[in-house]
Amino acid sequence: MRNRDVSFWLFLTPVLLGLGLVVIVPLIYGTYYSFTDWNGIKATEFVGFEHYIRLFQDTAFLNAIWFTVKFSFVTVIALNVLGLGLAILVTRKLKTSNLLRTVFFMPNMIGGLILGFIWQFIFINVFSDIGEALGIEALQGWLSTTGTGFWGLVILTCWQMAGYIMIIYIAYLQNIPSELIEAAKIDGANSFQRFKSITFPLVAPAFTVSLFLTLSNSFKIYDQNLSLTNGGPYESTQMVAMEIVKTAFSANEMAYGQAKAVVFFIIVAAIALTQVYYNKKREVDL
Amino acid sequence: MESKRNSYIIGALGILLGLIWLSPFYLMIVNAFKTKKEIFTDVLGTPEAWSFDNFVEAFIDLNFVNSLWNSVLITGVSVIIIVLFSSMAGYALSRNKSKVSGAILLLFVSAMLIPFQSVMIPLVSIFGQADMLNQAGLIFMYLGFGSSLSIFLYHGAMTGVPVSLDEAALIDGANKFQTFWHIVFPLLKPISVTVAILNIIWIWNDYLLPSLILSENSATIPLKMFYFFGQYTKQWHLALAGLTIAIIPVIIAYFFAQKQIIEGVSEGAVK
Repeated sequence: MRNRDVSFWLFLTPVLLGLGLVVIVPLIYGTYYSFTDWNGIKATEFVGFEHYIRLFQDTAFLNAIWFTVKFSFVTVIALNVLGLGLAILVTRKLKTSNLLRTVFFMPNMIGGLILGFIWQFIFINVFSDIGEALGIEALQGWLSTTGTGFWGLVILTCWQMAGYIMIIYIAYLQNIPSELIEAAKIDGANSFQRFKSITFPLVAPAFTVSLFLTLSNSFKIYDQNLSLTNGGPYESTQMVAMEIVKTAFSANEMAYGQAKAVVFFIIVAAIALTQVYYNKKREVDL
Repeated sequence: MESKRNSYIIGALGILLGLIWLSPFYLMIVNAFKTKKEIFTDVLGTPEAWSFDNFVEAFIDLNFVNSLWNSVLITGVSVIIIVLFSSMAGYALSRNKSKVSGAILLLFVSAMLIPFQSVMIPLVSIFGQADMLNQAGLIFMYLGFGSSLSIFLYHGAMTGVPVSLDEAALIDGANKFQTFWHIVFPLLKPISVTVAILNIIWIWNDYLLPSLILSENSATIPLKMFYFFGQYTKQWHLALAGLTIAIIPVIIAYFFAQKQIIEGVSEGAVK
């Protein structure tokens, strides 16, 4: 197929229309309107960087960014440790390996909104009952403070996504030739040495993949945030995505919300481009 | 001897972790059978009587048949459209080696960097002005958001389909679309399964986009669940029964297709 062939363009028309009207046009349109007094329907005045100056003084937005950064940092580490641990566990040729793989991946099939509601019940009702029975004060009043809301979100996200990260690590672990492990065993390496010197270096590429995947996913979280804490107490557990939705659709400040959305895009794109850069660099090193 | 003992310990650890992983589902299900008072007195144990009253009430209040149908319709049509149009695009882009073709592929791949929240406000505004905040508009949006990864996967899979097949079909008098539909598309079946699975999981569970687009009577399951939960904040027995009902279709699908699902997710993530 050549460029001047009608069929080439016919094959591409539906997806080009889709991407264009749903992603590209709104992105350009929205970026332009973030510099105006746009109310969602029309703009009357060009306001320059007014919204951007305002958002850097907006404590609600800055708190949301800070909360999201802290949440992402903890979640990325926990998820990768858990994901790799589970992957090593289910590739140990246990009788229960396949069943466990199915179980660990299961929460990933269900939407974050529904999972958040289930965990709301567990944190509030089940935790307090267990706390009462065992006399553990720390299990009382979960989700009613910023700290418990934070850890609640971390636990929920880890439970939901660890199975997904596990799948990625399994794909890399299965590529390790078993002869290598056998040879090391014969040479007398114990399981820790085998992990350190063979498994770990060979799954290193998986770290880059899952690190950035978990990072960009935790940055964009909305559903879990909405159903587990709804940003409470007092909007202290509100993440960036939710803050943008509220600015635009609850406070009806469309242009201002869009300015926040543009800043959000720049952050997420920077994370993703860093990954692309690292991947390229790694390929060169190999 | 030691390695045998170790493998017992690891086996036990695996079972323990598996049980921990399943415990939220256990807690959801046993409490969905209890009365409001029973949840208050004993949250961990099994219910005194396995009564389905909560489920019947939640099923009716959720208008579950209606929301299940809405979810099936939106997900089904969107995924069929994504599979069809993305495979066509992946085919065209891989058979054309020009710079234009490379640039278009790069455009789709770069679009994956754009988070949904960055375009949702103007998107809702534009589609609202075009009077397209309905199911058809939503399906079209899913094509826009879902095509990038799908085209990328199809483009990669096309390397396994030799050009000589296209040429043979052309000589036999088939046009481009016939060649694609009868010769190439059947060969892409494994990747089509992957693309379909990835998009089904995402679209079925999506909440934010439909919440901005759909009215309550065309609500999908996650959207309906949100309204339902708002009504029953202090009535956990009904809320949990509703959540259980909402999860059942997914769990059934998962147990029937878990091998394909896990393979598909693995393929989609690692590429």
